[in-house]
Order: sequence, then C-alpha cells, then structure tokens
Amino acid sequence: MLTYLRKRIISSALPLVVVVVGVFALARMTGNPASLYLPLNATQQMRDDFTARNGLDQPLLVQMADYFGGVLRLDFGQSLRTGQDAAAMALRAFPATLQLAATTMVLAIILAVIVGCWAALKPNGIADRISSFISMAAASIPDFWLAIVGIWIFAITLGWVPTSGVTGASAWVLPIATLLLRPFGVLVQIVRGSMVSALSEPYIKLARSRGAGELRVVTHHALRNAAAPALTVAGDLTVGLVNGAVVVETIFGWPGIGKLMIDSILQRDFAVLQAAVLLTAVAIFALNILIDMGYALLDARVRPVTVKA
Amino acid sequence: MNSAADQATLPRTGPAGVTASQPHDVVLQVSGLAVDIRTHRGTVRAVNGVGFEARAGETLALLGESGCGKSMTAKALAGIMDPVCDLAEGTIVLNGTDLAALTPKERLKFAGPELGIVFQDALTALNPVYTVGTQLGEAFRIHRKLNAKQAKAEAIDLMRRVGIPEPESRVNSYPHQFSGGMRQRILIAMAVALNPRLLIADEPTTALDVTVQAQIMQLLRTLREEGQMAVILITHDLAVVAEEADSVAVMYAGNVVESGPVAEVFADPRHPYTKGLLESVPVNLERGDQLRSIPGSPPELHDIPSGCVYQSRCPLVQDICRAQRPALRPAGRRRADNAAADVDQATSATNDGGTAGRPVRTAACHFSEEITNA
Amino acid sequence: MTSPVTQGAAQEQPSSQPPTRNAPNARDGQPGLFRLLLKDRFASVAAFILLLVGLTALVGPALMGDLATKQNLLFANKAPFTMAHGWEYFLGSDSLGRSMLARLVVASRTTLSVALPAVAAALLIGSLWGVWAGYHRGWRENVSMRIADVIMSFPSLLLAVVVLYVFSPSAANIVLILALTRIPIYLRTARAESAELQSRTFVDAARTFGAKPNAIIGRHVIPVVLPTLLTLATLEFCYVMLAESSLSFLGIGIQPPDVSWGLMVSQGRQYLQTAWWLSIFPGVAIVITTIAANVLAAWLRIATDPAQRWRLALPRQRLIARIPVKEAQP
Ligand SMILES: Nc1ncnc2c1ncn2[C@@H]1O[C@H](COP(=O)(O)OP(=O)(O)OP(=O)(O)O)[C@@H](O)[C@H]1O
Ligand code: SF4
Ligand SMILES: [Mg+2]
Repeated sequence: MLTYLRKRIISSALPLVVVVVGVFALARMTGNPASLYLPLNATQQMRDDFTARNGLDQPLLVQMADYFGGVLRLDFGQSLRTGQDAAAMALRAFPATLQLAATTMVLAIILAVIVGCWAALKPNGIADRISSFISMAAASIPDFWLAIVGIWIFAITLGWVPTSGVTGASAWVLPIATLLLRPFGVLVQIVRGSMVSALSEPYIKLARSRGAGELRVVTHHALRNAAAPALTVAGDLTVGLVNGAVVVETIFGWPGIGKLMIDSILQRDFAVLQAAVLLTAVAIFALNILIDMGYALLDARVRPVTVKA
Repeated sequence: MNSAADQATLPRTGPAGVTASQPHDVVLQVSGLAVDIRTHRGTVRAVNGVGFEARAGETLALLGESGCGKSMTAKALAGIMDPVCDLAEGTIVLNGTDLAALTPKERLKFAGPELGIVFQDALTALNPVYTVGTQLGEAFRIHRKLNAKQAKAEAIDLMRRVGIPEPESRVNSYPHQFSGGMRQRILIAMAVALNPRLLIADEPTTALDVTVQAQIMQLLRTLREEGQMAVILITHDLAVVAEEADSVAVMYAGNVVESGPVAEVFADPRHPYTKGLLESVPVNLERGDQLRSIPGSPPELHDIPSGCVYQSRCPLVQDICRAQRPALRPAGRRRADNAAADVDQATSATNDGGTAGRPVRTAACHFSEEITNA
Repeated sequence: MTSPVTQGAAQEQPSSQPPTRNAPNARDGQPGLFRLLLKDRFASVAAFILLLVGLTALVGPALMGDLATKQNLLFANKAPFTMAHGWEYFLGSDSLGRSMLARLVVASRTTLSVALPAVAAALLIGSLWGVWAGYHRGWRENVSMRIADVIMSFPSLLLAVVVLYVFSPSAANIVLILALTRIPIYLRTARAESAELQSRTFVDAARTFGAKPNAIIGRHVIPVVLPTLLTLATLEFCYVMLAESSLSFLGIGIQPPDVSWGLMVSQGRQYLQTAWWLSIFPGVAIVITTIAANVLAAWLRIATDPAQRWRLALPRQRLIARIPVKEAQP
C-alpha cells in the first residue's frame, strides 16, 4: 500500500512541477517580467527599480533558484492592487471556492447515483430519459450562459434569488445549479453505464440466487463495483469544476479563487495570479492522491503495486 | 489435504445403490419448460418443452453440445435469467411449489434455502470488491437475519465444510487471492450454505485441472449425500456423468431428446444423437483409429427445423422426420416390462406425488427402436 | 452514386459485416454512410443545422454588409420578433441600434474560425502523435502518455488564462492554446487504438513483407482509426466552441471590436434587465450548434462502427432502446 501510494504521489507530482516551471518560464518568456508585474503605464524608473529589487539582473539560474525558494516559502510577492501578500490573498479566497465545489460535487454524486441506478434498472424509463437529457445538456450548454439565463429568470424576472453575492442560503442556489450541470451530466452516464454492466455480471446473478432482492443487489453488490469507474473520472471532473468555478464565481461575484484569478488578470496583477494558479494546482494534486487512495480502498485488486490502466 | 471430502463417513450411494425398490423422493419436477430470448432478429426459443425430474440424494446429469440450452435451463430453474430472456411456458415444481408461477419477489424466498446454483467460472461469479467471508455470509444475513459477526462465524464453518484450509484467516481474503480450485469450493459453499434441497452445478469443473476436478466432484458427492440434496449436474464430461450421475437428460437444440437412468442410456442409447455423442468419446481406441465426431453442427436458434430437431445431422433421417417432430416417448428395454404405466407417466410428463418407481426411459425419435447398438 | 458498385455497397446487409473492423476496406461504404444518415431523422437534422451554420459563417458576413457595425440610435434596444423595423431588426437590436441578426451572423464566423482550426490542429497533431506512439510502443509511448497526463491534469481554462495573460488574447493565440489543451484527447485515443492494431495479423503481414513503419501506419493503421478520431473531433468541436465562448465571456478571449457568440453574451449581460435578447440569443446559437454536433457525433459513433451499424437499420424506437426492457414475470 505504501509503495503504491508513493508511486502515485510521484506520478501525480509531475504535473505540479511542470506547472511551477511553466509559470516561471512564461513569466520570463516575454523578456522582462517587469512588463508583466507592473501596470502598463509604468515609467522607466519604476521598471528599473523593479528589476533591481527582484534580482532580475542576475543570471537566469540564480533567478530560478530564487523563484523556487519563493514558491516553497509561499512567497509570491505582493499584490499590485492591494499591496497585500499574494499568497495570503489566494489562501483567503480558497475556502469560498472549496465550499462551492464540495457542495456541488456531493450533490452531483448523490443525484447521479440515484438517477443513474434508476435509469440502469429501468431502461427507457423516466430516469433514463432524464439522464440522457442531462448529459446532452451538460455537453451542449455553456455554463456562463446557463447562469445568465438563471439570473434572468429567477433573479430578475421572478426575484426569488439575489443576482450575486453570498448573502444567505438563496444565493447558493444559482451558482450551485450552474456548476452542477457538467459533473452531474458526466457522472450520471458513468453510473448508468457501469451499473448496467455490473448488473449483468455473473456475481450479481449469483447474489440473486442467494435470495438477494432488487434493492440489496443494487446497494450491496452493483453500486460498489460501479463506483470504481465513477471514481476514475472524478479527477477529470474536478479539473472541469475549476474551469466552471472561474466562470460561475465571476458571474455571481463569489469571492473565491476563480474570481480572484480573473480579477487579477483584468488588473494585470501577476503575483496574485501566480499564487492562485499554483494553489489550485496543489489542491488538484492533493485531490488526485485522495482519489487514488479511495480507489484502492474500494477495490482490493488495485492495492498491489500495479496501477490502473 | 484435510478436506471435508476426505472426512466423508457416509457410505456412497451411487447409481449402483439406487434400485427399483428404493426410489428417492422427487424434489424437482420440471415439465414443458420453454425459454424465449428476445434478440434484434426477433424472438427465438432457446429451450423448448424441457421436462425432467430430480430426486433427493441423486444426481441428474444434463448433457449436450455447447449452445444446446443447458445453462439456460439451469438459469430458468434458478430464476436468474438475463433480462432479454423470458420464461414462456412450463412448470418448475420444487417440493410442491411451482416456481414458474411465482413473482420474482416471491421467488427470492426459495433462492438459497431451497435451491442453490454453482457456476462454471468462479472468478467472475464472485464479487471482486468483497471478501469471501462477506459473500459467504450473505445468505445467512438475508434468510436468517444474522448479524455480521454471526454470519462470519457461519462463513468460517462453511469454508471448513468444503475443505478450505485455515478458514479463520482466509475468510477475510478477496476472491482474487484464491486459486481456481479454492474459488470453486467457495462457490459451492455459497450454494449449499442453507442446505438447499436442490443444487444446480453448471459445469463446476470445466476450468480446473484434472486432479482438482476430481476433488471438486468428490466434494459435491459428499455434500449431496450429507444433505440428501438433489443435484443437477451440467457437464460435457461423459466419464463424469457415467460415474456420478444416476439419471441423465440429453439435450439438443433446446429440446430433451433422450432421458433415463445413466446405465441404461449409456449402454443402450435410443436416440441417434445420444449414440453419436457416446461414440465420439475415445474408449478402447486403438492407435491410429479415427475419432468419430458427429458431422455438422447444431441448427442456429432462429432456424430450428419444424420436424425433428436433429434431422440435418441424423444418419437415419427419413421423410417423416422432416414432416413431424417426434415426441418424447418411452423407449428401450424396459418398455415391454411395464409399458402401460410408463406411457402414462412419460406422455403427461408428471409424476404422482413423487414416490413412483425409477425414472422412465424416454427418447424423441421416430426410429428409436431401429437403432442398433453393437 | 448509382453505379452498380455503390449500390452493392449500400445494399450490403449490416449483419454480414464482420463484427470487428478488420481491414481498411471496412470503410469502402462511404456512399452507404450518407444514405444511412438520410435514414436517421435526428442525425440528418443535426447535419443540416451544422451545414447551415457553416454556410452562414462562410457567406453570411458578406451578405450582411455593414449592418453589424452600423449604429442607428433611432433603433436602439428594439425588442425581437417583430418586422415593424424591417427584417434586419427581427431579432432585435442592441443599445447602439445595431442589428442583432447581423451581429449573430458576423459572430458565427469568428466563433467558427477559432473552433475549426483549433479542432483541426489538435486532431492532426494528436492523432499522428498518438498513432506513432502506439505503433512503436516502448519509451515513445510512455513519454507521450506522461505528457498527455500532465496537460490533462491541469484545468485548461487556467492554462489559457495564464498564457493569454502573458501573450495578448488574439484569435491566433486562442486557437493555439485550445489546440494545445485538446491534443491529449486525440493522443490517448489514437495511441490506444494503434497499440491494439499494431499486434493484429494484417499489420504483421504487412511487416513481414518488409513494409516500413511509416508506410504501415499510413496504409493500415490510420484508415482504421480515422472514423473513431473523426467522431471524437465532432464531439471536441462542441468542447472547443464552449471553451472559446467561456474565454471570450471572461474577457480574455476574442476582443472587441471583433465579436463572437461568447463575447456577445458577455456584452449583453449588463442589459439583462432591459434587453434580455442581447445575452440570450447568442447563447441559443451556441446551444443549437453544440447540440447538433453532439447528435451527429452520437450517430457517427454507431455508423462508423461495423459491429454496431446494424442498429441504424432498425426502426428508431429500437435504437433508443439500448437494452431491452426487463419485464416482470407473470
Ligand atoms: N443473453 C442471450 N442473448 C442471446 N442469446 C443467448 C443469450 N444467452 C444464451 N443465448 C443462446 O441460447 C442458447 C443456449 O445457451 P446456453 O448457455 O444455455 O448453452 P449451453 O448448453 O449451456 O452451452 P455450453 O455448454 O457452451 O455452456 C445458445 O445458442 C446461446 O447462443
Ligand atoms: S426422428 Fe428421424 S431425424 Fe430425428 S433423430 Fe430420429 S431418425 Fe433422426
Ligand atoms: Mg453453459
């Protein structure tokens, strides 16, 4: 188990390293990072100051070492906008995103399991139609537009929920509904598909031959086997959820990491953008490890060193 | 090896032990069983008018080429058919209850305590994500409402019964951690957990090597005798049938073409297909002799001929065979002895109360009497 | 179209098709494919819509002339669905009095001119790379798969965000970044298929005749994996279109005065209370196009798979019934 975990950590850490190096490379690619970090109308004096202060006149290797040191100390410099510590700003915005994402994910899983199982048991039934529709919608409807339609109908026309902000429970409805669509649409198809194939396995027949009823067959036997494929896409879904969070937070004024990123882009605040991007990368990395552990817990067969295909 | 099979103390009552004077109770009486499969090319009948009976403590063998509907029959009996299959006709009377008339839900009460089934491929028949203990204990949890701890104790007991060494520690292992033979033992343990009256074993030894095969057959025999179970054994191995079974039903293209006590059927087959099947086994074969297999192949399910199902491969085929499907009729030596009673039994394919005499010899061939067995 | 040869191909019973695609000649039924398409109502409508969108993008802007940019404050914020102000204002107008219809048509060209090149580039690079990696196995395969993993494990929007911050958000840069983030999709699929094919007999046979790897890949592997990859590309077209729209919506994609459907949704947002059509219509345009592409991709997936093709010969009802209904026993 430990060997397995170590192996997974090393392979999942690779993207993390690539991101860190990539951000450094991008920042240097434009020539002088001063043009990235400083406002567009900065004077030459400001640029020179900046260059000297940040050791940009030093050799590239020294700069790189400095940069990595900074990343390890969570030191990304100060925000141009607010003068605050960039890492602190990113960390402060993080919980809001986490709440939103976690709630969405839990809801998506619960709904997908219910609808997906039901659809697998009753092909062509209502649930099957719902699941097909949701999946089609998830693959076709832009989330930002869905959010705007939601605001138009429920906030502006009907006045049931606020158009933006985090005031009260009703403010959660539209952001979560928007964010929910994609993971729900993907998961419900996965659950349905893997339930259909799990239900036709010989061990399900054998469970029936022991007198296990429909409910028990689904909850005790098929669901756990069907969970593994769902878990494999969980990583991709989370990555997609970050994409969605950027859009949803921007539209609904949700003070999370996605909004922070877009704001810092629009105001050319590179230090904050960098901190936010790296923090997100770390969060995804941690989650992938968790998913792998969940996978191993779920299915004894992957516990040995060999990894899923 | 310290297996339960070796500890067997009961005397073996094989085919030789069964005499006309000591008939066993009929546990299962199947008649007119028909199964339809819905395919994209229309509905086909995979099992057609199958009837047989299984008696307590005895083994009934189902014999026939691949695809003739043996597994389908077994699944229909156990009520675990694929969703595309329908039980179209027939009765399955198990200890006086017609299972075919029950709803799937009512049937669950019988699955386990009355009837157990063993599949061929033990790896896919066991759920990979649960320990064998959990799966073995499930029957007790469902039917006896035991808690997890009691169920585990029962599971250990069962594992010991089927000869799995160190059951206390192995109970927490996962299916993939067992060898093929051990997995088959677990599967058998699962089927006999609640001491069912009927055990269906669908090719329980096909995937195993010869020594393990013998051990598994030994185990099945022991369990059958201990529990006075009726066993339906599906196999391709004629030697096993000759050795283990008391009676046999030969199937072809979804139909039973011949049935009766094993010794009689094998000694004096009354259907050309049975004869061909027996001749394809290499007995007393001289070096260089031709192995005689039946030429041709069984008909596809969607174009089974209207006359005799065997007409396309039968050496004795006549016009009447193509025109008219032969019914399953009493046949063989004993026909002359007690013809009247047997005709009655065989044609109605039922049995009065299950205590009647030995199984009847029947065959479905217009020229059953013309077959010569050298 | 009506030569005896093509007729024969079209009449060939689907059931007589080999269950697995076993040779490049499995695709010689292209005219048959078109007939199959006509048979499927949903798929034909989807294909028709896509064709219409493509034509609009191609010739529409020229037909619209300067309508999309011409400001006319007399006609500002006119509501849609009335011919009272002339056909050009049938879909309403924005706060500067520009025709919504004309702007949608012009935006369609921008949207497609980002989505199509991005899909094409990713398809070309990803497929060739994947086929090559899968054919040769070994380290080439491993390195390729690790690269794909790295790209896939990072949110594409973040990648785009950083890159478009550093470089200016131009249409070319958006195409580049979208292509880059979607290459792994084709890479993975092409690799898997090619690795599987590589071990098959007909490839072996070609190898024993002394054919060079690139020739084998070109003649035997690519024709077989192409249908799968094209189906994938149809699906990816949706994804890329949505991604471009998201970027434009967030203000880091297409920049004014250019206009794309995503940007139009964003620009109309502040007028949601007074002129809902400004945001809603461009979104509807996106949704219609993506649904059409999705439906077509679903159809293509079945139609290009000889093992599943027979399904399309069935009445519609049966096609929807992916697995037969389980009926309760009496
Ligand atoms: N789900 C299904 N759909 C369509 N046809 C099926 C299905 N299951 C079984 N069949 C068909 O039903 C027939 C009987 O199959 P069955 O499994 O009972 O054969 P069998 O006698 O057990 O053969 P074997 O000795 O190979 O196990 C076969 O022709 C098979 O093709
Ligand atoms: S009925 Fe005719 S065809 Fe059928 S087995 Fe008998 S002899 Fe052969
Ligand atoms: Mg079978």
